[in-house]
Amino acid sequence: MDIRTTGGPPTAAEIAAVDRVLGPPESLWEGGTRTPADDHFARGGHTTRSKRDLLLPVLHSLQDEVGWIGRGGLDYACRRLNVPPAEAYGVASFYDRFALAEQPALTVTVCDDIACKCAGADDLCRELETNFGPAESAKGGALWRRSPCIGLCDRAPAIGIERCGAEHLEGRVAPAWAGGVIDVLAGGRWPVNEGSLLPPQSPVRLLRRIGVIDPASIDAYLAAGGFNALRRALEMGSESVIHEVTEARLLGRGGAAFPTGRKWDAVAHAPARPHHLVCNADESEPGTFKDRVLMEGDPFAIVEAMTIAGIATGCEHGYLYIRTEYPEARARIQNAIDRAREHGYLGDDVAGSGLRFDIEVRRGAGAYICGEETALFNSIEGKRGEPRNKPPFPAQAGLFGKPTLVNNVETLVNVLDIVSGGAAAFAATGTPDSTGTRLFCLSGHVRRPGVYEVPMGTTLRALIDLAGGVGDGRRLQAVLLGGAAGSFVTEKQLDVPLTFEGTRAIGATLGSGAVMVLDDTADLEAVLLRIARFFRHESCGQCVPCRVGTKRQEEILHRLLVDRQTSGRDADVALLADVAQAMRDASICGLGQTAASAIQSAVIQLKVLDG
Amino acid sequence: MFGAGGGTSSYREAEETELVLLWGSNARETHPIFFHHLLRGVRNGGRIVAVDPRRTSSAEWADLWLGIDVGSDIALANAIAREIIHSDLAHKEFIRRATTGFDAYAKCVEAYTLDRAVTETGVPASAIKEVAQAYGRADRAMICWTLGITEHHNAVDNVLALINLALLTGKVGRYGCGLNPLRGQNNVQGGGDMGAIPNRLPGFQDLEDPAIRAPFEEAWDTALPPKRGYHLTQMFESMEHGEMRALYIVGENPARSEADQTRTVRLLSGLEHLVVQDLFLTQTAELAHVVLPAAAGWAESEGTVTSSERRVQRVRRALEPPAGARDDIDIICEIARRLGCDWGEPTAEQVWDECRSLSPMHAGMAYSRLDELGGIQWPCPDETHPGTQFLHARLWKDPVEGPRAPFSVVEHDPPVDSLTEEFPIRLTTGRRLDSFNTGVQTDAYTSPLRRPEALLLSPADGARLGIVDGERVLASSRRGAVEMPVRFDATLRPGLAFLTLHFPDQVATNILTIDATDPKSGTAEFKASAIRVDKLVVK
Repeated sequence: MDIRTTGGPPTAAEIAAVDRVLGPPESLWEGGTRTPADDHFARGGHTTRSKRDLLLPVLHSLQDEVGWIGRGGLDYACRRLNVPPAEAYGVASFYDRFALAEQPALTVTVCDDIACKCAGADDLCRELETNFGPAESAKGGALWRRSPCIGLCDRAPAIGIERCGAEHLEGRVAPAWAGGVIDVLAGGRWPVNEGSLLPPQSPVRLLRRIGVIDPASIDAYLAAGGFNALRRALEMGSESVIHEVTEARLLGRGGAAFPTGRKWDAVAHAPARPHHLVCNADESEPGTFKDRVLMEGDPFAIVEAMTIAGIATGCEHGYLYIRTEYPEARARIQNAIDRAREHGYLGDDVAGSGLRFDIEVRRGAGAYICGEETALFNSIEGKRGEPRNKPPFPAQAGLFGKPTLVNNVETLVNVLDIVSGGAAAFAATGTPDSTGTRLFCLSGHVRRPGVYEVPMGTTLRALIDLAGGVGDGRRLQAVLLGGAAGSFVTEKQLDVPLTFEGTRAIGATLGSGAVMVLDDTADLEAVLLRIARFFRHESCGQCVPCRVGTKRQEEILHRLLVDRQTSGRDADVALLADVAQAMRDASICGLGQTAASAIQSAVIQLKVLDG
Repeated sequence: MFGAGGGTSSYREAEETELVLLWGSNARETHPIFFHHLLRGVRNGGRIVAVDPRRTSSAEWADLWLGIDVGSDIALANAIAREIIHSDLAHKEFIRRATTGFDAYAKCVEAYTLDRAVTETGVPASAIKEVAQAYGRADRAMICWTLGITEHHNAVDNVLALINLALLTGKVGRYGCGLNPLRGQNNVQGGGDMGAIPNRLPGFQDLEDPAIRAPFEEAWDTALPPKRGYHLTQMFESMEHGEMRALYIVGENPARSEADQTRTVRLLSGLEHLVVQDLFLTQTAELAHVVLPAAAGWAESEGTVTSSERRVQRVRRALEPPAGARDDIDIICEIARRLGCDWGEPTAEQVWDECRSLSPMHAGMAYSRLDELGGIQWPCPDETHPGTQFLHARLWKDPVEGPRAPFSVVEHDPPVDSLTEEFPIRLTTGRRLDSFNTGVQTDAYTSPLRRPEALLLSPADGARLGIVDGERVLASSRRGAVEMPVRFDATLRPGLAFLTLHFPDQVATNILTIDATDPKSGTAEFKASAIRVDKLVVK
């Protein structure tokens, strides 16, 4: 397929890394060495191109084992997958995780996002600069760099550690301290994480098994009533399951709050085949870590819920797309899938029903945009994670162009109780328009950060109180509700009921459930600059309003907040609002549409630019 | 096919068929327009089987590549037919109603067992079976070919072997099925349709049929020769005998494009009078007594061209020709005038309207309709007819309209230039995306893809001969020897070499090729020469 490779021969390590994913080449034409069988025959075409979706797994394998994506390795991957090298390079360069120049095998990423900033990440970075060296520069076989949120906000400040090579190791440490990080960079021991997944609370539903049963053991899950919901769903049949989910009025927990039952119904009745299920576990919204806690603490529940969703909507194959920053959750989920398959809950005969369903874990590669569902599809397909125009909607043409059900982790886990207890019992909790409970991720300046489960309709004030409120002698300055794509809420608005309709009434959003509390010591301007940097960095660059708008937004904020320019200040404030309007109205996807939301709410609600 | 001189299908059908057998065609490079339609088909789930000695860039797109030995196409086709018959995949109803000669054909292909086919073609038996099953079972499938089928000493038999497969499975005369020679130039089809071949009058009509000749004789007020003329190969034979002494060449460069170049140049040089009408002073024009500078057909003159899907399209003048260059119609009319016949100064449309009055298949194609419909596919018998998307639907009428389609008994006949210890390497020739034939029209342009001409050779052969990549060698055939550089190509199997004919001044490929010619089509066996490669002797 018009493939011209110019990178020279791959190294043995590169070949091994690629073959680890694809198996050894079967012929010269797949990248092997010539045998007489290659003289007169080759198989290719659709068979080879159908493996295109393995491009990201192959790139991950190269990154894991070789430590970077060199031209020899990329060329070999391209020959194996029949992808032009220029296109594969475009994919590799899209994702932050892939290094396209040689770098040290040992890297440490230091989160300097909002929650970690509140916990002293900037001081940590300064100490690293002083006592080790500047970010992004190699020293003694190691390197450190700053990173956006890695989802350990409850134990901030957080770092990720990775050592590439034949034996690839990944780990995270939170809370991290400068001395510990410098030890790691110098080749010393990695600190061990301690502490529980959840702060103390009386969970209502979704969290009830977390910290209670062994998340690695299917026996423990079964003993706790696991897979009863699946059996019940198989008895009920697809139409009844979808009916219950619809009647429960479950709304999506990923941020868009779309009625889950309507999605399921649309996919189940889509005529094109096959249908695909995607569980969106690319939890990348800064300040959000509830899905991580679910995956680490109750992975079998996700497997069970995906199986119910898949069978109800006529899917035989499900993908769980998880951000690469969650290695522990990935391992837990993979273990749960493997155990479930061993026990007949996945595979060709799910729980003796004669129905087929299985799950494959796909790993993100450090791109916030891949949480957007159509960008996520492109990423699974082995492409740049650029969102698609809608329509067509995923239920019509999603993954691989086929009808696709895509649900967030938390949304799916809710289904277990709906199936087991019925729609009415589920909807008895919460409010008429926002049923059930909701997981909130409390971080920043609260005494007991962590994931809290509360009935929909609980006030923001009560939620913050549950987490112990702000520290002694501190005053609450603002709450960033819904993450970087959310908006700021003031002290006066704390009695807002946490429902979709309640937050909408004050111009805010529940979003992903991130609740970042800032007390009077927080540097609000620094937070805004961090948000602006985040969106500029994470914009995929596909559409102009977002590509240019996120950049302009950051520049204007710099002029106003860093350079403290006085001339043209009013014009800049107006320009900032104009850019916000253009991004909101004209961007292809939610990233651009919400990239100005938090900053504009700070301008309007918190009056940061006044005076 | 079956009396019509063109491909049966439309490009659109290639987008909606299940399977395309791309046989002896590197359409990716030599017919990019068609291939673009084929790729749409691939995106719709269509599959490609490529039959080609080389794993070409087209074959890289294929689901299966059958790397046959050069010149073994009939053995492969007959073995596929035998598999289809033995698997009960023959379309018995179609064969009974719409064809003749099946029994003799079945008897012939029965001798082409898988074992024999493996021996003759080199292709593994499992692959032959797989293709037979795929073609036999597909509801829609088409066969497309190019010069890999026709540049052989048994070109017509090769084509008939492919036609047999379509008849056997009822894959002609229906949407998405068919038999298509892909024309590598925008108007090869039109040239034949207009009678630029020895035995045809405009409209691909039989010159030797008096009833066909009569309206032409009446319209032109002259008697036409009742017998066909010479085809190109016969012309050169005639020159050899001293019989043909004058030649008028329009837009051809035989001094570089013909096989056995040494002989061709000798014969052209020996003519008493040679006239060449061309855009450029080609190597052939340099041999001419008179050169007539012509306007470019695709930019400097008006007219029509006909694509491989039989679609007649208008060509419009975009530029004035450079001073001295004249439109082909002007030149021909001026010659006629000087020979004493005043044909006036007709416009291209007037010439076309005369053609329409004599060619039933073009009758409905007024310029206004060609404009309106974006071209029309022949046959188009009257001005209410929309044109014909695919040919031979008549074969599916009950009863069949017109004559039935005949099976042909064709036997494997290996290339004339046999491989021996002295000449052990099979040289095949072809073309590339960025160049056109002998380069007359493309040499003036640069291309990022173009590389200096070199003998492409398997690295294993290179190692055996003790030569390194890029080394200059002496390549020789039974006809001549040429020095040229070698470039290793790992996609070539040992014993197979490749050259293009794009750069005759760098590498005179046609000094090596053989002029063994198919008596029915007049085409030389450019695809199969036997050569040897020797290290240059250091002086």
